[in-house]
Amino acid sequence: MARDAAHKRMIELLGNNEPLPVDLRQEIIFYAGPCPPKPGQVIGSTAPTTAYRMDPYAPAMYEYGVKGTIGKGPRRDSIKEACREYGAISFAAVGGLSAILSKCITAVEIVAYEDLGPEAIRKLEVRDFPVLVAYDSYGNDLYEQEIAKYRTLGDGVT
Amino acid sequence: MREIHTDEIRDTVARLCMEACYYLPEDILAGFKKAEAKEVSPLGKTIINQLIENAELAAAEHVPYCHDTGMTVVYAEIGQDVHIVGGSFSDSINAGVRKGYQEGFLRMSVVGDPLLRVNTNDNTPAVIHTDIVDGDRIKFTLLPKGGGSENMSAMKFLLPGEGTEGVKKFVIETIEAAGGKACPPVVVGVGIGGTFDKVTAIAKEAVLREVGVHHHEPHIAELERDLLEAINRTGIGPQGLGGVSTALWAAVETYACHITALPVAVNIQCHAARKKSAVL
Repeated sequence: MARDAAHKRMIELLGNNEPLPVDLRQEIIFYAGPCPPKPGQVIGSTAPTTAYRMDPYAPAMYEYGVKGTIGKGPRRDSIKEACREYGAISFAAVGGLSAILSKCITAVEIVAYEDLGPEAIRKLEVRDFPVLVAYDSYGNDLYEQEIAKYRTLGDGVT
Repeated sequence: MREIHTDEIRDTVARLCMEACYYLPEDILAGFKKAEAKEVSPLGKTIINQLIENAELAAAEHVPYCHDTGMTVVYAEIGQDVHIVGGSFSDSINAGVRKGYQEGFLRMSVVGDPLLRVNTNDNTPAVIHTDIVDGDRIKFTLLPKGGGSENMSAMKFLLPGEGTEGVKKFVIETIEAAGGKACPPVVVGVGIGGTFDKVTAIAKEAVLREVGVHHHEPHIAELERDLLEAINRTGIGPQGLGGVSTALWAAVETYACHITALPVAVNIQCHAARKKSAVL
């Protein structure tokens, strides 16, 4: 689990050919920042944040070896191209489904950048965590495909 | 003159922070159910049903339905016959936010300086709007505003001659640019008129209007109906994954404006439409 502030730091490290604080090669990054856990909870409410904010960083992360990312909402064309080029997948989970999704996380541990609070890098173990393939390694775009089926608005607004 | 102590303000704000984040408002839940019945996309229907289930789970367990518990926008309508005692009014609101977010296990989502970006770790400061009204009470309305939908909001000065059609075009452009990024099904708040600052303020106030309630002016109510229909024909749907439930509601607020101007603002509220009021 990593989002804006952690990505900014990691991209600086990659740019300087320095190692990341944790090895994320072959891993999936969940773009999210959780609520603090109530007593008895593994993790507080959690769901994906908007993926496009990580668009400036994602191609470099895929090139480095990250195999997938989980976020919400459509992304730039550069992500489609990066997924194809590096054999990665950009997944979508339901934004704001935070009470339900927190129950799919069975273990959590802060592994880097603890000073970032909700934006620290966390290692998660999950079970039956529901995701959709939004952008695959073949150039498919689930958002584009699905919206086209239901759009009935003409060029004007009426 | 009626005295209201700042401790009471702090505790009320703290309670509203938690309640707004744990219990999805009834009008939004009713909006989900209506949207689910109308939704033609199977995936869209599934998503809305999940959101209903999520709201019910959060309420039962007293946990946030969405992890982004927002930047806390506080509206205070202060009766002119109220005397606030015990300390500073704005300090007591921020003390309430601090208490509510800490004791409620809500996410701290605020950085103190927009460029240095260090988390304040207590979700303060709040954004506080005050209005002096008649009476001897204070009404607080909390709108803990999530970042995803706020980021997709927009403002533009149209030419006066662009009129209603220009407004519709700008609203649709804003909604289409936001797509799934704003976490639909959304509530769309539109401000028309006023000045640069006023138009965005009334767009945000529009977001607070109960889903299902139209503007009292018939021509504005008609605009709201037209906007909602057009927004739901974009195909964006729940989470931007296709469907006819892009928005649960579109509310428009207006204000007088300068002869040169037709300002329009669109404030998008995600489906986690947190809002809660209390009167002291």
